[in-house]
Amino acid sequence: MGIDPLLYSTHVGWMETKAGIDADVVISSRVRLARNIDNIPFPHLLNENSGKGVIELITKACEQSGYEPLRAMQLVTFDQLSELDRMILMEKHLISPQHARFNSSHRGLMVNSDGALSIMINEEDHLRIQGLLPGLALEECSRQVQTLDDELEKQLTWAFDAQRGYLTACPTNVGTGMRASVMLHLPGMAMTAQINRIFHNIGQLGMTVRGLYGEGTEVLGNFYQLSNQVTLGLSEEEICHNLFLMTRQIIEQERMVRESLKQGMIYQLHDRIGRAYGLLSHARIMSSNEALTLLSDLRLGVDLGLITHIQASAINELIVAIRPAHLQKRAGQDMDAFGRDIKRAEIIKEILFRKNTQS
Amino acid sequence: MNCDECKHNLATVHLTEMYNGQKNEMHLCASCAAKKGAMMFDPSQFNMPNLLGGFLSGPQAVQGFANTTPMAACKTCGISFLDIRNTGKLGCPDCYQAFAEELESSLKRIHGNSQHTGKIPLRSGENTRVKRRIEELKEQLQSAIMAEDYEKAAEIRDMMKEIEKKLD
Repeated sequence: MGIDPLLYSTHVGWMETKAGIDADVVISSRVRLARNIDNIPFPHLLNENSGKGVIELITKACEQSGYEPLRAMQLVTFDQLSELDRMILMEKHLISPQHARFNSSHRGLMVNSDGALSIMINEEDHLRIQGLLPGLALEECSRQVQTLDDELEKQLTWAFDAQRGYLTACPTNVGTGMRASVMLHLPGMAMTAQINRIFHNIGQLGMTVRGLYGEGTEVLGNFYQLSNQVTLGLSEEEICHNLFLMTRQIIEQERMVRESLKQGMIYQLHDRIGRAYGLLSHARIMSSNEALTLLSDLRLGVDLGLITHIQASAINELIVAIRPAHLQKRAGQDMDAFGRDIKRAEIIKEILFRKNTQS
Repeated sequence: MNCDECKHNLATVHLTEMYNGQKNEMHLCASCAAKKGAMMFDPSQFNMPNLLGGFLSGPQAVQGFANTTPMAACKTCGISFLDIRNTGKLGCPDCYQAFAEELESSLKRIHGNSQHTGKIPLRSGENTRVKRRIEELKEQLQSAIMAEDYEKAAEIRDMMKEIEKKLD
């Protein structure tokens, strides 16, 4: 029923590298819009009843919509989900870590079948409309969420002010309510310590860099999330375009570094990637940090054409499949850290070699 | 590594002191560190709402006049500016009007800007669109006058009159 495939599969739409542009550097692109319904307090002031009222308004708007993708979305409220399942959705980037914390009947998620479109309900704002696609696809993400926004607005009146724009619970989102981001894999720039130089001045350009799971999470396996910081005083197109230009520059830079590594340090590169491959295919106990570091090396080998029998999409899938909730879901039981490390080593082999035999 | 003080427990607190250009490192266990009165950094104190609250407090808080405005409450949701500063969150859409003055400088600090220039809702935003068009025309009018192109200025003024009729 409903969102089950998104809970049980380790694969979702954004992992598909074949569909992605510049997928050797950009894992995925995401755009989200914060929207609130006029004349209703923001979610942190809602109780169970008034919170459910918001969900009802939104579901009704979807049902009455003439827009098929909106009608096709599935709603799940968080009292219907175990903590583990909420973590699963978080690890797949469909809900935020903050949203996942609550076992509440008036918090929820609406999502389409492949996870490309989703709406968090009663997170920090009444709605957080998200588009999530593989590769560099900011414009397409933006187009899709803006369409959802327009279709919803036919039924719902947004809290909007001519001066401040779309009104949000937190003033850091007010204005466009738009956060655009790209998930980047930058092993070359990390290896040559160029990362800090690039990211040092990014704040002045109204952008910010974060770890794999957004706000307050650490950078693991050379995966970086680059997003706009400023939401007020710029148009949606400007926000997307600025981020796009910055991303393009980083892509070029990363490719140049990778190429020069390939030219000048081919033995070291082969050695490093070979070691990662060896450990990933033979280790029996694997911590999350170690796995991400090795997967990053392996991915570099695949992108550089040094490893040809493993697909990049399998590695994307593993980034998520090795997270604690996904491991436990697959094992069908709670596990301590040690148990997870054993399961992790097992899953890595399974997914790497499953894809291996398919290709 | 064992504690420098008791030489027994595992050192978990690592202190670096700079005194007259001299660097002095100490490695202590938790209880010795507490005895020494070492300032322990509590990461739970450093969270996003607190950080944002600092952003929202504005210069008056720094000068010690923090109590001048925070007591007033939003008529719709009852939240005070003090609450907003503590949580980093506004209570309802009307808070933006109720605390417009207090928010003005905060928004400028956060975004470098306080005026929305992006999307306007398709269905409910007609008035806003008209107002924004009038603002644009005003600017064009100014530059036409500056350029002493009075014919164009008159044209723009007529256009503005026409559009203003659309406002409710």
